[in-house]
Amino acid sequence: MSAGTIVTLPDQSTARIPKMNFLTKENGLLSWLLTGDHKRIATLYLISITFFFFIGGALAGLIRLELLTPQTSLMAADTYNKVFTMHGIIMIFFFLVPSVPATLGNFFIPMMIGAKDLALPKINLLSWYLYMAGGLLALYTMMIGGVDTGWTFTTPLSTHYVNTNVLTTGLAVFIAGFSSILTGLNFIVTIHKMRAPGMTWFRLPLFIWAHYAASILMVLATPVVAIAIVLVALERTLGIGVFDPTKGGDPLLFQHLFWFYSHPAVYIMILPGMGVISEVISTFSRKRVFGYTAVAFSSVAIAVFGFFVWAHHMFIMGISNYAVLVFSLLTMLVAVPSAIKIFNWTFTLYKGSITFETPMLYAFGFMGLFTIGGMTGVFLGSSGTDIHLTETYFIVAHFHFVMVGGMLMAFLAGIHFWWPKMTGRMYPEKISQLAAVVTFIGFNLTFFPQFILGMLGMPRRYASYPPEFQILNVFSTAGATILGVGYLLPVLYLIWSLKYGAIAGDNPWQATGLEWQTQSPPLTENFAVMPVMDHEAYDYEWLEKQQKEQGVASAE
Amino acid sequence: MQNSQIHAANSAPLAHEEHPSYLRHHFNSTEQQADAAGFAMWLFLLTEVMFFGGLFTAYLVYRNWYYPAFVSGSHQLNVVWGTTNTAVLILSSFTMAMGVWCAQTRRRRGLVLCLALTFFLGLVFLGIKTVEYREKIEKHHVPGFHYSLQSFLDPQSDPEVYKEYHDKALVPDMARHTELYFSLYFLMTGMHALHMIIGIGILGFMILRARAGAYTAGHETFVVNFGLYWHFIDIIWIYLFALLYLISRH
Repeated sequence: MSAGTIVTLPDQSTARIPKMNFLTKENGLLSWLLTGDHKRIATLYLISITFFFFIGGALAGLIRLELLTPQTSLMAADTYNKVFTMHGIIMIFFFLVPSVPATLGNFFIPMMIGAKDLALPKINLLSWYLYMAGGLLALYTMMIGGVDTGWTFTTPLSTHYVNTNVLTTGLAVFIAGFSSILTGLNFIVTIHKMRAPGMTWFRLPLFIWAHYAASILMVLATPVVAIAIVLVALERTLGIGVFDPTKGGDPLLFQHLFWFYSHPAVYIMILPGMGVISEVISTFSRKRVFGYTAVAFSSVAIAVFGFFVWAHHMFIMGISNYAVLVFSLLTMLVAVPSAIKIFNWTFTLYKGSITFETPMLYAFGFMGLFTIGGMTGVFLGSSGTDIHLTETYFIVAHFHFVMVGGMLMAFLAGIHFWWPKMTGRMYPEKISQLAAVVTFIGFNLTFFPQFILGMLGMPRRYASYPPEFQILNVFSTAGATILGVGYLLPVLYLIWSLKYGAIAGDNPWQATGLEWQTQSPPLTENFAVMPVMDHEAYDYEWLEKQQKEQGVASAE
Repeated sequence: MQNSQIHAANSAPLAHEEHPSYLRHHFNSTEQQADAAGFAMWLFLLTEVMFFGGLFTAYLVYRNWYYPAFVSGSHQLNVVWGTTNTAVLILSSFTMAMGVWCAQTRRRRGLVLCLALTFFLGLVFLGIKTVEYREKIEKHHVPGFHYSLQSFLDPQSDPEVYKEYHDKALVPDMARHTELYFSLYFLMTGMHALHMIIGIGILGFMILRARAGAYTAGHETFVVNFGLYWHFIDIIWIYLFALLYLISRH
């Protein structure tokens, strides 16, 4: 590992956190609960999604413990069904979907485009309240007995056969969906209408492009799952028949409506993460992102293609062979813009001055794991292999590689990258590098064996399995334990750093984004004077010139 | 605080042109603020299109599969009431558009009158809808335990409808799919009515604010955007009317 570092901190003996910042502006619980400040709302989101992440994580721990042995030893099969269902629902709707957009996006979109706030601050606050209402309702559901349909609410199981709390869970997801719609809507309006003078579309950081694409998906896809859930609820309570074959309805219609959201939803989850990676890779290799325009448009392409691949979740559900053919082809097409990103990031690294700070380690983790996750997605997109692999652990491994290996790595990269800006203090570098490595090792040990298990034919969603699969499951559970440590470490040292971390100064990474050209933590209005963008994104020469001028000015 | 804002804006609208009290701190100009709000409203309507889109998809699938059942089902709807309601809604869209014009040209009394008329027409629509729903309940055409296939298995038992359409009896397997038609009918018109009720609630609030002069002092964004919402509900209804009432009339 290179000993070099780009971290430039102010003189610690004289440096102070600025007295006036968004955290100190007002005090008291109400000043937080009624705030319109996007940075405070992002902080609220950060605390709440971390809370839900650890609940979802604890459920994952229970799943792995149960699967340590081939028999159902820890819990009854029914309980196991509830545990993996709640794990899925909490992780997807209350962690992954809002993770990067609602925290980092909320915090940095206005700052990166040089605005004082999101366009609709009250809507932003409302979206947090909706998120909390949905989340607490989901927790309440868990307390009163949970739900065991799987996170997909598959009909007619969810409408006719289970006796668990489908309605309250559905309502929780419905409410959280509106929170997501409002966030996406707010981002689109903000990116269109609030950019600082000189901030043209092609000077936007790629983080913004990625969020713009994800927001389009949130706005267009989420309402469809909302109506699908309404229909499930009415089917279950009133027996309206739209999904009931005995009344002429078709359960496949539910699958279409559900996956019309839930496939784009995986891009809602991953695109903002890709935005983070673009920022991190560029900063820690001191180079403009290679093929800026291609990376920007690949985000939009992913969003557009993402709308036309939903039926690849339904290859074995009785859709026509021609539909399978078309959706298989379209699924392959999504791999193209994803690959464009990976290749362009790799070319950005080429001849860059690379340093290995924690965000960069996570970004490397992302690139490797997302590539594996994406490539195995192509296996599943080809209808032939899909028929063998679907409903096995191969699927589980695939989407955990994309979601945990991809998105969660990106989230942690982003949190470390912007932590100095959000709090004004550095995280401790050595231990967090260690945590990044532990996470990477734990992750691979957990999920790589699951690819093999899937190939061998171990089905997902069962509490027991044939004894010959045990050794790989033991690896997986051991990995999950290491992964748990990897996630606990950041929580501990990041909280520690709030009080004891080194003072970060305005721009510890020497990064070029507008968010680094103001104090840390920022003022409530973000910038003391309205910024004017007079250079391209990731223009490190501009930054050097700027710093030289400032140096001369302060010397005089 | 609301009142003081209104007061300030009313008393000296020109002096405040540079930095009016309604300009929120994070915007640079009132145009930017109005632009952003309008754009947000269009996006919101887009989400509504997708929301109703799910229902329209379900409708189209089942209408294609069970066309005869859908035709017979639609004959149970009262086209006269439906047409009246369509006219009422289009008229209310007109009064709403006039309201927006009044707000833009700062005519306070005109605005209050237009909003009140829109409010009234919205209630008329819901009233007529209630009458229609009552007919369905009386004939046991509400899906569920009490649903009756009588009108479709034996059309002559339903003389009023039979007189007009002379429908043939449906075979039992097709007849039972009329329940799906009525499910969709209640879902779609019910979802539309829910939007109307929300709209009427907001109209009531706007009338109170308009009387105090809140929208006629240069800050009419709220009225303009509500107008978009109201027209949107109107358009949804026009589609519903054609799809639910007029299936066999072409």
